[in-house]
Amino acid sequence: MIRRFQTWLFILLLLASVAMGIVLWQLLERAHQRLLAGQDSAPTPAPAVSPEERATLMVANDTDSSMQPQELTLPLPQDMGSRARVILGKLMDLYALPDAAHPVPGGAASIGQVFLLPAIDLAASPAGAVARRNPGLAASAIAAPHGSSPAHSNGAQRTEATAAPDGGPQLAVVNLTSAFVASHPSGIEPETLTMLSICGTLHANLPRVTQVRFLVDGQPRATLAGHADLTRTYLIQE
Amino acid sequence: MSDRLAIRSLRFLVAAAILLAPACLAGQQPAPVQTQTPAPPLAPKPASAPPAPRFVVVLDAAHGGDDPGGKFGALTEKDLALALSVRLRSLLVARGIAVVTTRESDATVLPERRTEIANHAAAQACLSLHATQTGSGVHMFVSSLAPQNPARIAAWKTAQSAWVTRSLALEGVLNSALLQAGMNVTMGRAALPSLDSMTCPAIAVEFAPEIAPKGGTPASALDDPAYQARLAEALAAGLLAWQAEVHQP
Repeated sequence: MIRRFQTWLFILLLLASVAMGIVLWQLLERAHQRLLAGQDSAPTPAPAVSPEERATLMVANDTDSSMQPQELTLPLPQDMGSRARVILGKLMDLYALPDAAHPVPGGAASIGQVFLLPAIDLAASPAGAVARRNPGLAASAIAAPHGSSPAHSNGAQRTEATAAPDGGPQLAVVNLTSAFVASHPSGIEPETLTMLSICGTLHANLPRVTQVRFLVDGQPRATLAGHADLTRTYLIQE
Repeated sequence: MSDRLAIRSLRFLVAAAILLAPACLAGQQPAPVQTQTPAPPLAPKPASAPPAPRFVVVLDAAHGGDDPGGKFGALTEKDLALALSVRLRSLLVARGIAVVTTRESDATVLPERRTEIANHAAAQACLSLHATQTGSGVHMFVSSLAPQNPARIAAWKTAQSAWVTRSLALEGVLNSALLQAGMNVTMGRAALPSLDSMTCPAIAVEFAPEIAPKGGTPASALDDPAYQARLAEALAAGLLAWQAEVHQP
């Protein structure tokens, strides 16, 4: 048998709960209204859509060890470093496709950043010349500096280096991700093709870029995947 | 009677000894009687050329030990390179060519040590042997350094620049031999740290599976012994041709 005072107590507590629920709901509504009232209701600025421009990608092919230019149109930012990163990202997206002729996993995320700096005069040094000689290679290949007449004959690298003035040649520092390097196919051929492809693509779209250096997660690294040298400055020559 | 005879003989011997002693002391021994034939006059030596320098080939099986190189399923680049090195060494030694190898087993050899071995051997050909799953046939690479004149002291990282011209010549000879063996060859230039420091005609030889002319199925896998044997034979033939070219006056 339930006593009378227990019944009244239950009713009282039930009413108190309902009342507290109503009060909380009203407080919630007021808070929501205050939030809406304090918010900037102005429309967010539309993202600046870069105009679409033509870009040239030097696409490598493992089958015949060649590189072919491939032109496409894509939105490119005005900042040169960002532009280089977008173009190289597009190149890496092509290589990440299942039917790519030079399959390299990773895609656009493989390129961390691209920094453009005034180039250093290394023309007299034997080091760093990017070259490729292949009977089946198209005219897009980067030629070896044959016939160059070095200023010094002892083969030593010049210690003095002069930065190019503004408007002169540029050094591109390409920061790759460690995930890209870890997943890159190992071998002289695939690694060299990747390096040449990046260098060629940079030069094709940013003609002032004549030298390229590579970092991995911001740090120097000995090789790409056990073969291609990442410690040197790659010189790009017409 | 016999005593007298003995005493006389003794006196004779003593007298003879006294007479001969000064001569013996003066070193004047009686010349032996012999029938000497005059020694034939020395024939003038033919004007022979200096001996040809020893032809040495350095075989550098890439990677090894802790460094497996490329991994192609169950295969590793270090094992494939070593297998080719062993085959090629046997063929070259059988043909009388001195061979220096950078490793004979699955051992870790630092790149600087490999270069030291090659440079101390004063070799006429240095082959760095690699394998890859990418592409097809044989890829040959010469250092991408620009050719330079030889110098008394060469920088370590660019020492190959004085040998690039010879390396290109060696690449041409090996290319002919490989093409003659019916192999698909790709030639190129690459920036490889160990190759760039060598002071010898140096080539990086990288072999990939052979692709059948029609279709994408490998005609010869990387670990196909027949393929490796054919490749080693072709390289040995090329090195013999290079030896003949090196020893040409």
